[in-house]
Amino acid sequence: MDYVVEMLNIRKEFTGIVANDDITLRLKPGEIHALLGENGAGKSTLMSILFGMYQADRGAIKINGKEVRISNPNVANELGIGMVHQHFKLVENFTVTENIIMGSETRKWGVVLDVKRAGKKIEELSKRYGLNVDPYAKIEEISVGMQQRVEILKMLYRKADVLILDEPTGVLTPQEIQDLGKIMKNLIAEGKSIILITHKLKEIKEFADRCTVIRRGKTIGTVEVADTSEAQMAEMMVGRQVSFKVHKTESKPGDVVLKLESLNVKSSRKALALHDFSLEVRAGEIVGIAGVDGNGQSDLVEAVTGLRKAESGKIYLNGKDITGIPVRDRIESGIGHIPEDRQRRGLVLDYTLAENMVLEVYHKPPFSRGGILQNQAIRKYADEIIKSFDVRSGEGAVSSARSLSGGNQQKAIIGREIERNPVLLVAVQPTRGLDVGSIEYIHRRLVEHRDKGNAVLLVSLELDEVLNVSDRIAVLNNGELVGEVRAAETNENEIGLMMAGVRKEARA
Amino acid sequence: MNNRIVISLCAVVFGLLAGAVLMLATGHNAGSGYSYLFEGGLKNAERIGNTLATATPLILSGLSVAFAFRTGLFNIGVAGQLLVGGFCASVVGLGLDLPKVLLLPVMLIVGAAGGALWAVVPGLLKARFNVHEVVSSIMMNWVGFWTVYYGVQSLIKNPSSETESKQLPEAATLKAAWLTDLFHGSYINLGLLVAVVIVLVIAFIINKTTFGYELKAVGHNRDAAEYAGIAVNRSIVYSMAISGAIAGLGGVVMYAGNASNIQIGILPSQGFDGIAVSLLGANNPFGVLLSAIFFGLLYSGRGFMNAMTDIPPEIADSIIAIIIYFSATSILIERLLRRFKRRRANAKIAAVQEGKVKKSYVDNDR
Repeated sequence: MDYVVEMLNIRKEFTGIVANDDITLRLKPGEIHALLGENGAGKSTLMSILFGMYQADRGAIKINGKEVRISNPNVANELGIGMVHQHFKLVENFTVTENIIMGSETRKWGVVLDVKRAGKKIEELSKRYGLNVDPYAKIEEISVGMQQRVEILKMLYRKADVLILDEPTGVLTPQEIQDLGKIMKNLIAEGKSIILITHKLKEIKEFADRCTVIRRGKTIGTVEVADTSEAQMAEMMVGRQVSFKVHKTESKPGDVVLKLESLNVKSSRKALALHDFSLEVRAGEIVGIAGVDGNGQSDLVEAVTGLRKAESGKIYLNGKDITGIPVRDRIESGIGHIPEDRQRRGLVLDYTLAENMVLEVYHKPPFSRGGILQNQAIRKYADEIIKSFDVRSGEGAVSSARSLSGGNQQKAIIGREIERNPVLLVAVQPTRGLDVGSIEYIHRRLVEHRDKGNAVLLVSLELDEVLNVSDRIAVLNNGELVGEVRAAETNENEIGLMMAGVRKEARA
Repeated sequence: MNNRIVISLCAVVFGLLAGAVLMLATGHNAGSGYSYLFEGGLKNAERIGNTLATATPLILSGLSVAFAFRTGLFNIGVAGQLLVGGFCASVVGLGLDLPKVLLLPVMLIVGAAGGALWAVVPGLLKARFNVHEVVSSIMMNWVGFWTVYYGVQSLIKNPSSETESKQLPEAATLKAAWLTDLFHGSYINLGLLVAVVIVLVIAFIINKTTFGYELKAVGHNRDAAEYAGIAVNRSIVYSMAISGAIAGLGGVVMYAGNASNIQIGILPSQGFDGIAVSLLGANNPFGVLLSAIFFGLLYSGRGFMNAMTDIPPEIADSIIAIIIYFSATSILIERLLRRFKRRRANAKIAAVQEGKVKKSYVDNDR
């Protein structure tokens, strides 16, 4: 019995798309096994099959050498398989303990909920694996990183031996990622096995023992991580050589496109989230906003795009005061916006891809005439974006946006915004959840957009991205501008200090 | 969409089967029960006419609910909007002395405006203060109920009855001699044509216009609509107003077509039936048209069934209720269909199959 989990020659077809085609994955006991692949390569489908959410059309699954049929997640649980989903499945206003025991509640006298006993058990588990979770805190009060650890605890509480972590680092800060790494090491030290779904090569290199690469639904191979370089893995995943460096020429800043003058913005909780913020973005340059999540980035973006009212201060676009004008007028005056949350803001998930591609321009010819939608023109426009941005979907322009994988949803939004050729493109986390191939491509498109003489405001939590793509970097801390630096003349360290609120002059 | 049709048909079939079981369980012959039920609605031209006439207000109330649903709102105030629409039209119909060709359009417009007014209040409250439209539109039902109660008595009271309004003159009703003759004396009226035209208009608005695109976008995802520069609050108010206007037309059809005066103290049940009609019709205008006719058939057939057999008319109501349950829980039927399809697909793949279901445990002490 050499393997805990064996998935052999798995095939799964959805209408119009073969998600998994003859995929084989073998997990050894006590290893961290990365599952690497581009968006839509079939990673999530494969894991959903292992977790019993889908049934394979063909192929076999063996657990500890015994062939099994996993008809639903309960069976997977009984077999000791647990999964942490990309989007957590927690009840916000329940405590950690209540969330963990949900579905397998401990009881006193058969009917009364015994939260205390469960809480103690969770505390023990948390200590044993170094998870550092307070069992009595409410979910809405704890950080995203801790919420993730709650999900991990949930599986440990159910005695899972095989843990599937689906894109676990996407929502974490760099420190939290390091913590997660330690936790994973603790877990395998205690005899658990981990399947890590990711497309971040750096993390695979850092945490994983072996790595299975899949591409377009097929297994490309399984490699020992120690013997394989990042570039090799990237090539296996994408099918061609990938460059990690963003190629761009020196920026040639032109006129000021966006000018912010001592902007004050209140957050949705009515606290001052952006304080006396001034910034200029010129034509032909990319200005990056660096900062730890929740330091006023969203508020800045919403104030610029018109989704939130500025308390005071001025916003100028090409010299025109746009402080008080509605969203649509800002769109018309040339602002494009790649929103932070693609599913909440960026797409109407129940609309088709084509309908989503004209979300901001549907009321203009040729997409409508006299208030009547022109489906042919819409369809043609959507097909162009789908083609030039390589948006993959089951049924092309008529697929519902909901049916697309996250990465393809993102590509569709980016395509829609760039296609409108805005003078100011506000890109918030544009490559969140995308694979290296797509990241490379999107960075190139952003630089191209700059080179056409437009201004780009890039807001990202990925420091690498801000450093690589931007020409100039403004650092936000606690709603205030800590300082501005030229990207070519700075490094991760300096920015990191500024993100923590240390001003440049203070250090000198 | 095709799937939705199958689901709605399944709901109907299950409802009828359950009705048969009910009839058998209460010691009646299901076969003769159903044959009288359907004969009662379809036996001759007059009965067909009556079925369609019964269906007419249901088409409009169902469409009103469906339109609101499609734009993300739950208009549960259709009953009040029917009543107010009908009342406004009746006041105009009794008060204005115009030729029929002019009076009827005026009544329809005024009725629609009355319904819209009643629905716009919850719309404004939702847009301005985020008050849930279910609560406020239920409230408006009762405000409408008592307003009409008072209004009928003080403005258009029937001299010979305390509880109803004056009879509308011939020029102020949707009854048309040629239609009555065509259906051998049925009470079918021009309201049916009005309803069919409105179905077409609404289908067009929802599917083909930028206006419909905006309203649906707001209904599906308010945040994304806001992001795209759509005036979200204005859309909500418009949606409610249109939904209410459709219901108001339904009121005109009811009180100046099927009937020719208003009974006070009754909140029309057609308003709530609209929810069921909309559900069974999958919130699609043409689906609503068909499901309203089906409901009309059951309603108009049950009297005949009751007269010809000793099956209580409540059985027909129960069938309707069961159909509503099945269409409301369409996800169950969907799952059944999917399982059925999968089984067929699996049978086709005669290839190597996975092992039998084994809930064998993995040892924990590895």
